[in-house]
Amino acid sequence: MQSLGIDVLFKGTNMLRLLKGLWVSVEISLIAVFISILLGLIAGILMTSRNIVVKVFFRGYLEIVRIMPQMVLLFIVYFGTTRVLGINIEAKLAAIIVFVFWGTAEMGDLVRGSIKSIPKIQYESAYSLGMNKFQVYFYIILPQTFRRLTPLSINLVTRMIKTTSLVMMIGIVEVLKVSQQIIEANRRSSPNAAFGIFGVVFLLYFMVCFPISRISAILEKRWT
Amino acid sequence: MNELIKVDHLHKSYDQNTVLRDINLTINKGEVVVIIGPSGCGKSTFLRCLNGLETIDSGHIEVCGHEVNTTSKEIYKIRQKVGMVFQSYDLFPHKTVIENIILAPLKVQKRNRADAEKEAIELLAKVGLSDKKDYYPRQLSGGQKQRVAIVRALIMHPDVLLFDEVTAALDPEMVHEVLQTMLELAKNGSTMLIVTHEMAFARAVADRIVFFDKGDIVEETGDVKAFFDAPKTERAKNFLKTFTYD
Amino acid sequence: MIDFEIIRSYIPLYTEALFLTVKIGWLGILAALVIGLSGAAIRHFNISILDKLVLIYVEVFRNTPLLVQLFFIYFALPKIGIKMSAEKCGILGLGLIGGAYMIETIRSGLESVAAIQSESALSLGMTKRQTFVYIILPQAFTISFPGIIANVIFLLKETSVFSTISLMDLMFTAKDLIGMYAKTVECLSLLVIFYLIMLLPVSIIGSALERRIRHAEFGN
Repeated sequence: MQSLGIDVLFKGTNMLRLLKGLWVSVEISLIAVFISILLGLIAGILMTSRNIVVKVFFRGYLEIVRIMPQMVLLFIVYFGTTRVLGINIEAKLAAIIVFVFWGTAEMGDLVRGSIKSIPKIQYESAYSLGMNKFQVYFYIILPQTFRRLTPLSINLVTRMIKTTSLVMMIGIVEVLKVSQQIIEANRRSSPNAAFGIFGVVFLLYFMVCFPISRISAILEKRWT
Repeated sequence: MNELIKVDHLHKSYDQNTVLRDINLTINKGEVVVIIGPSGCGKSTFLRCLNGLETIDSGHIEVCGHEVNTTSKEIYKIRQKVGMVFQSYDLFPHKTVIENIILAPLKVQKRNRADAEKEAIELLAKVGLSDKKDYYPRQLSGGQKQRVAIVRALIMHPDVLLFDEVTAALDPEMVHEVLQTMLELAKNGSTMLIVTHEMAFARAVADRIVFFDKGDIVEETGDVKAFFDAPKTERAKNFLKTFTYD
Repeated sequence: MIDFEIIRSYIPLYTEALFLTVKIGWLGILAALVIGLSGAAIRHFNISILDKLVLIYVEVFRNTPLLVQLFFIYFALPKIGIKMSAEKCGILGLGLIGGAYMIETIRSGLESVAAIQSESALSLGMTKRQTFVYIILPQAFTISFPGIIANVIFLLKETSVFSTISLMDLMFTAKDLIGMYAKTVECLSLLVIFYLIMLLPVSIIGSALERRIRHAEFGN
């Protein structure tokens, strides 16, 4: 039986390189999620507006995000901007732009959904106690939406991390790219390394995403 | 055979909580027995044990001469002999009134559709709902829904009918029409076991009153008038007091 | 500016790629639905060991990216003797990840049907199987429908990673043409248009069906 490539992992700094590659994905996701949450809060509040222009704008925005694969968006931002605008953006920045574009829409829709899900009676009883609009939102509505939103935004983190696996397509050296490099470099000595290495990458992703989605699920159960 | 339901030393608990403690009760053919008692006294659980929706810890339940055992195939046969109407919201929302009624006759009793539909329409006429047969449950009022639920149970020709607080979720003006339907069933000789909070109705319909409290049968009497005017036990007295204001 | 002659000459290539993408996409979705329905039934009925296996499967495939799953199926499995064509790998990968999502969607639909519904069916003498088929499943389907449509759109979008296992899908075609002729704007525009052709109808028909079904079943 030939080796299935686990040994390759322990050669030199291979394991470390893989982990560093994974960190690239996680880092991009965390930055993108952080910005998305901030922008998403604003977008979500705007989405509850009754202004027709605002409504149509966000409708279109959400629909684009809903049906365009992130990979297409990545290509447009990374390759397209260079051609059309003549600016050369770094792959990592392009990735963050795309994930923020996507994340803001998702987050905004979640915020809108949770604001809308608060029953009207909550507003009415707050107003009837003499609160002003700001107080109603600050003391009554937002604390309730926050509980609903937290698990959902944590969930968004795992979805981002999973989606960042795509960035290898625009040349970012992340965990999958590193794996390919390692497999390529050891092709002669260990021809079956693909099994071990990709198996480990599979596990690594699971080990990162599973705990986060568990936390999200537990919070969701506790808070709703 | 005169005894339709026979409950012997029935015991049931959830975790540490005893819900039913050593219950003995017999119900004869043609009898209308009304169970009353405070919320959480175990009366609904008791009803659900009778057709095997709840498992029991010990004791025996016999329905029409068959032992109720939730793990045996027999339970499906027993459930056909026991009609049950629940508190509310149990019509199948994806089926029209008539489909709700004939589903079990078609699938469980394998009757033919024409025959089942004919009987369904007759029964609907009896409860004053002939014109609603193609409506969906959502298009009906609460009282109408409950009358459909009663018809749905009746069409199976059960030997005994169980009613679990069927008017508890209804608006006051709907309560009367449902109780009226039940009263007519009682007059026609149906065997019924009714859990209710409607004391005036209980008084009017019952052949026998069973008073449950904290999982026990505290008082059981065929002298319905005497029970409401002067209950024997302190617990029944206190319970009935909560229905009067002075 | 945009060269329409180029665009015209590229259209047949994109059309071919679209057919491949649609074919693999829908076969994968079909597989996902079959897995989803059986898995959800297993979880609903709590079938001893199978239930645990389904749970593990769902967690593993929901918590890893399709791209990584595909790499594993396409590059790693052959090393232990399991070889499949790229197309089959694509269908399998999409079916597996989709199945995991569908199980969750359908199961939560099943769970949200009120307990009283199955109790009243049982009290009419129906068997567990009859109760499931006639009472629980139709209602669960209505409740899950928006989720199922969302999954379908998600899965069709996910097909964009197939180019990595050298399936000549839309993404592959665009990347290839950009690499060869550097007509970036034209290639990217066609890419967007073709994805719209593939996904917009699903999105529109899906929303329309959603409204229809809700109305037919529950009337709101």
